[in-house]
Amino acid sequence: MEDKNILELERRFQEKIDNDIKIEPNDWMPDDYRQTLIRQISQHAHSEIVGMLPEGNWITRAPNLRRKAVLLAKVQDEAGHGLYLYSAAETLGADREETIDDLHSGKAKYSSIFNYPTLSWADMGAIGWLVDGAAIMNQVPLCRCSYGPYARAMVRVCKEESFHQRQGFEIIAHLAQGTPAQKEMAQDALNRFWWPALMMFGPNDAESKHTVQSMNWKIKRSTNDELRQLFVDVTVPQAEMIGLTIPDKDLKLNKETGHYETGEINWAEFWEVVKGNGPCNKERVDARRKAKEDGLWVREAASAFAEKRKNK
Amino acid sequence: MEKQKALYEYVLRLADDSLILGHRVSEWCGHGPILEEDIALTNLALDLIGQATSLLNYAGELEGKGRDGDALAFLRYEREYKNLLLVEQMNGDFGKTIMRQFLFDAFRKPLFEKLQHSTDQHLAAIAEKSLKETKYHLKHTSEWVIRLGDGTEESHIRIQESLDALWKYTNEIFYKDDVDSVLIAENIIPSSEEIKAEWTKTVNDVLEQATLTIPSNNWIQEGGRKGFHTEALGYLLAEMQYMQRAYPNMTW
Ligand SMILES: [Fe+2]
Ligand SMILES: [Fe+2]
Ligand SMILES: [Fe+2]
Repeated sequence: MEDKNILELERRFQEKIDNDIKIEPNDWMPDDYRQTLIRQISQHAHSEIVGMLPEGNWITRAPNLRRKAVLLAKVQDEAGHGLYLYSAAETLGADREETIDDLHSGKAKYSSIFNYPTLSWADMGAIGWLVDGAAIMNQVPLCRCSYGPYARAMVRVCKEESFHQRQGFEIIAHLAQGTPAQKEMAQDALNRFWWPALMMFGPNDAESKHTVQSMNWKIKRSTNDELRQLFVDVTVPQAEMIGLTIPDKDLKLNKETGHYETGEINWAEFWEVVKGNGPCNKERVDARRKAKEDGLWVREAASAFAEKRKNK
Repeated sequence: MEKQKALYEYVLRLADDSLILGHRVSEWCGHGPILEEDIALTNLALDLIGQATSLLNYAGELEGKGRDGDALAFLRYEREYKNLLLVEQMNGDFGKTIMRQFLFDAFRKPLFEKLQHSTDQHLAAIAEKSLKETKYHLKHTSEWVIRLGDGTEESHIRIQESLDALWKYTNEIFYKDDVDSVLIAENIIPSSEEIKAEWTKTVNDVLEQATLTIPSNNWIQEGGRKGFHTEALGYLLAEMQYMQRAYPNMTW
């Protein structure tokens, strides 16, 4: 009898999804669906928060007042994205503090791109242009994700991501048209961030273990390789337009398909960084852990104070 | 001292307070004790950098030598910065950052309230816009001073220590010289007595609610308004000016 009920619930759940009816927090959902979403949304939230660090690294060295203000606003937006996403994960029963502890213990992952160092001002351009650009490709389809709170969070996030992409492109385009030193700085940033940006879309479809189920549930709406292709097709002409060279000697336009074909991604590097062996994995997680530890007395004081006022 | 020169000096002092404090607060971005507070601190930094930009651009106009806000922000020598010693002090823990900001906001709010009626239109307009932000900053920092002072034993000790460490820089807030007398006479700026009375009231009131004690020593440190700084400023400038110094005469 019970099995039958579950089957019926699952059937109705899938029917909703197939008809593009959003799943809301109080609706019945299969446990795997819930767990997959919690994992994906909290990973996304962690990426927003850890992602503040590489750009935060240049706030105090921004070259003029306008750039400094724009960069501050951009990094602040990422904190806001983290907040919306932790809230979306909470609607599924994931406690924010526990989720964050999983990040600090290394149990939870975040986007590997943030494990690369920011070594020059041009990296602020490359990150906005390529990293936020790739994030948009990944996130626009998520605005139509089957889970209501996640889809709605993504609508807000995507609006801001396109401002991020534009400010980054503006920085790098300005440098690419600047003095020889500036142009060299821009090219160097592209050289370092191009391949890690392509890796942001995850393993090839053949290697990606979650794709099929996630597509059926409409948590994911395009495959890794489709999104990566879209990104390459949009980005290569932008690089040409500003006179920078994509660091890929095998890159060519296939006249028949109209798509660019790239060289092979260094998957060994990809998996090493995922495992924790990237250039800044330890520094990034340490910085987040330190912020939490240093802030402990503040949070304790705030709750002690709230408690006192309640009793007054 | 002629009026134009005095006004340039005065606007530069206000601008440098916002610039240097904004820079200090921006160091927190990504490292705040709670996500919500990370966002709030970044807001503060953004407001201060915005004020600095308007004020420095205006200072550049008053000076009339073709320097814009960026030139003034990034290409002066240490002795040419006129900010209060208070605002250049290192962040320390969250409590110290909050206390430094509170002592400053408690001065900035009554100052902008008066300056919005300045006979100098440009300065009045900047003050009016900045006042809205500053009221919010003062509310935010007052609440935190009270929360930390009357929170746990640890937080009480920590924030009291921050107050003790920063107190010697508060006298300078009301520093007065020729620059001020010339502008007071022209009704461009208010007298510092009025501002000081309000500052004292706010500080006493909030510290009392926070169960904190005003330090009894009257040791005073000042010099910022004349360009004599603490050791903290040089490092801040080295970082802030890095790009402009390493890559001179380029636009970004
Ligand atoms: Fe974001
Ligand atoms: Fe994102
Ligand atoms: Fe972004």
